[in-house]
Amino acid sequence: MLQERTPLVDPDEAPPAQREARPGHAGKAERTVSSSRRGFLKDAGGLSIASLMGAAALLANSDDAQAKVEWAEWFQGNYRLMTDKEKAQAKARLEKRYSEEYLKPVTVDTTPAKEGVLFGYALNIQKCIGCRRCVKACVQENNQSRGNAQEIEWIRVLKMKKGAFTPEKMNQGYPDPAGIQVGGNAYSAAGVTLEGEHYYQPEQVPEQDAFYMPIACMQCEKPPCVKVCPVRTTYREADGIVVIDYNWCIGCRQCMNACPYWARRFNWREPNLPKEEMNPRTHYLGNRPRMQGVVEKCTFCVQRTRQGRYPACVEVCPVGARKFGNLLDPNSEVRRILDGKRVFRLRAELNTYPKFFYYMD
Amino acid sequence: MDKLASFVLDYVSYVVKGSPKFYAWMGCLGVLIVIWAYGNYVQATEGLAITGLTSQVSDGLYLGNFVFLVGVAAAAVTVVFPAYVYHHKALHDVTVLGEMVAISAVIMCILFILSHLGRPDRLWHMMPIIGILNFPHSMLAFDTLVLMAYLLLNMVCGFYFLYTKYTGSRMNHSWYMPLIYVSIVWALSIHTVTAFFVNTMPARPFWHHGMMPIQFISTAFAAGPALIILIFLIIRRNTKLWIADEAINLLSTIATFCLGIALFLLMSEVVTELYHPTEHALGREYLMFGVHGLSPLVPWFWAALAANIVAFVMLVIPGIRKNYRLLPVACVLAFAGIWVQKGVGLLVPGYVPSPIGEVTNYVPTALELLITLGNWAIGFFILTILAKGAIGILLGEVKYASEPWAVIRNAAPPPYRTSIEPTRMQPWALSSDPGARVEVGNGARPGSRARRQGRVALG
Repeated sequence: MLQERTPLVDPDEAPPAQREARPGHAGKAERTVSSSRRGFLKDAGGLSIASLMGAAALLANSDDAQAKVEWAEWFQGNYRLMTDKEKAQAKARLEKRYSEEYLKPVTVDTTPAKEGVLFGYALNIQKCIGCRRCVKACVQENNQSRGNAQEIEWIRVLKMKKGAFTPEKMNQGYPDPAGIQVGGNAYSAAGVTLEGEHYYQPEQVPEQDAFYMPIACMQCEKPPCVKVCPVRTTYREADGIVVIDYNWCIGCRQCMNACPYWARRFNWREPNLPKEEMNPRTHYLGNRPRMQGVVEKCTFCVQRTRQGRYPACVEVCPVGARKFGNLLDPNSEVRRILDGKRVFRLRAELNTYPKFFYYMD
Repeated sequence: MDKLASFVLDYVSYVVKGSPKFYAWMGCLGVLIVIWAYGNYVQATEGLAITGLTSQVSDGLYLGNFVFLVGVAAAAVTVVFPAYVYHHKALHDVTVLGEMVAISAVIMCILFILSHLGRPDRLWHMMPIIGILNFPHSMLAFDTLVLMAYLLLNMVCGFYFLYTKYTGSRMNHSWYMPLIYVSIVWALSIHTVTAFFVNTMPARPFWHHGMMPIQFISTAFAAGPALIILIFLIIRRNTKLWIADEAINLLSTIATFCLGIALFLLMSEVVTELYHPTEHALGREYLMFGVHGLSPLVPWFWAALAANIVAFVMLVIPGIRKNYRLLPVACVLAFAGIWVQKGVGLLVPGYVPSPIGEVTNYVPTALELLITLGNWAIGFFILTILAKGAIGILLGEVKYASEPWAVIRNAAPPPYRTSIEPTRMQPWALSSDPGARVEVGNGARPGSRARRQGRVALG
């Protein structure tokens, strides 16, 4: 009875055993081969000594410098309260460390929010075909941890049911002793809900019996995650993006509890980011490599959007379902959608006021 | 300063000496603590990935034990309140032991928070001035603040009491009593704030209801006194300190009432949520019956409920409540039942289903269990030390003796047995049994001189 009534994943489709904490998305399972320099220093005699010998040789005599950098990083303050000079120092420190670690010149942008800009996002659920190219592009752009040990994806695409109504169910009902029907059995998960299957692996998309709804951080105007943070490491920037200072986060995960959209991810272990795949164009508050024990989430690609570019997911979407722009500009794409289309926000009843809108043509 | 130095010296030298039983107990705890240290080393290097936590169920044993132990800390008020507000004599004699339980429980809370954090090395970010404490917006910040203040209050009150007892000087009631009254209200506040820490998030419908604070307090005031009764009975059995029956009886009465209220509140919650089960009741269905065939918590829930009901029935019957052979059984049942209900049983269903409807099982790993056990071991290690020292001072075995007149001034017979013998023959004997303890006079009671004289006059 419970299985049919609950609008969750169809049990026939994915047996319970498979739906238990999956290694990839749950950030668990086998021990990862620690490939970062920091990881190497930490567990001396680690597993990947051979692969690191080259790196160690290149970086010979930089141990003291490295240690100093890390100490300085440990003592730095909350990003938002840093002076411009301190920000420049922090930027230089990080650029040096990342460049050494990933063996390529890495830039850490600190561009602040522009005045007169409030970023907003609109997603056409009628067009989305569930191909998950946005998910992959996001991972490449934003330097998330990848691989079996810990796979972090900021976008999840939910597969929704169109509803299964069959004549057989009609006769079951709940007859009470007097023979009067008080309820029926023709209930079925259908339509847009926030509950959906997000591990679907079809032969091809779109599937006939489903439609798709991608979710990510909604960049709320009243973000519950910001309110609960005990150290104010996560906060709203002036252009409306909710960001995290990864160096200030204490990893208490209260923001994960408070988020109604399951948008935040925790680095349960040192992230696995292969050197060759690392995107060297980073922003301090955005896609710079994270460390073990901190929370991360979508930042509307702050490293791109503050330079006047689209977020990676918008650029990659093959059907043009994703639109992005300045909510304060009456001629921007998002504003036109808000003016001309039927839009809705997820969990609007929670008064979080997302700046991520869904619409249909 | 001299006195303080000798207090510390005498206290420490008394505490480190003990019977083989004492060393065996401390040795067992020590082994657990060594394992705990290893577990912490692994967790610090590998990250929280060594736990059973996932992106879906992001808190488990650590935070569950934290929530439960805040309750135990708050429950010290069940000793302090009757002692100072109702002048309950028997509890007044041993108030300091309640305070020592509170201190150990808060220390365990701190340990569990440290285990829970992803970056405990950055804890200084929470300190005002050098860091940022998001007060009063963040409930975690609020909770940290009230817990620290509670720890401080109990340490000051407890050790000031012991110090005056040790030196034989008179207590300065002009600041001691206000602090005691503040600590009484504070005890309620720590658990209330902990409830707000859990229930103020609409994203988690299983927690998001206004009954949480009173539920927390009623369960805490059942589990806490249950633990304190067990500790008192152990002290009665193994030390010369005789804790009067009246103290134990009052605590068991409090536990009875609070357990009854807790069961009633649970019933109200279940009916409200399951009469027309919405999606928001899925967490409760997962806890009580399982969802989609995933039901790891179901046996725990029903076992805990059974334990609580049995404990309540036992406690309600006066014959059993006052029978000190059966009372410990009821106490263990109540303590264990509430631990399950409030530890894992409260937290995990908040994460199941996840905000996007995913059902995920949480299974703690061996290392996680060992770290949890180690945190408890450290707590009991500290509790043993604190209680032993306190008992020594209450017994007068630790005393400041360089000023003979101070000793003479308090030379009345002590309010406890001078020999351990009767306990060995009759460990659970009632106070009314003349063979079980040495009757004593009215001297050396704590309290002001005026009250003491009044008591003597009445007597």
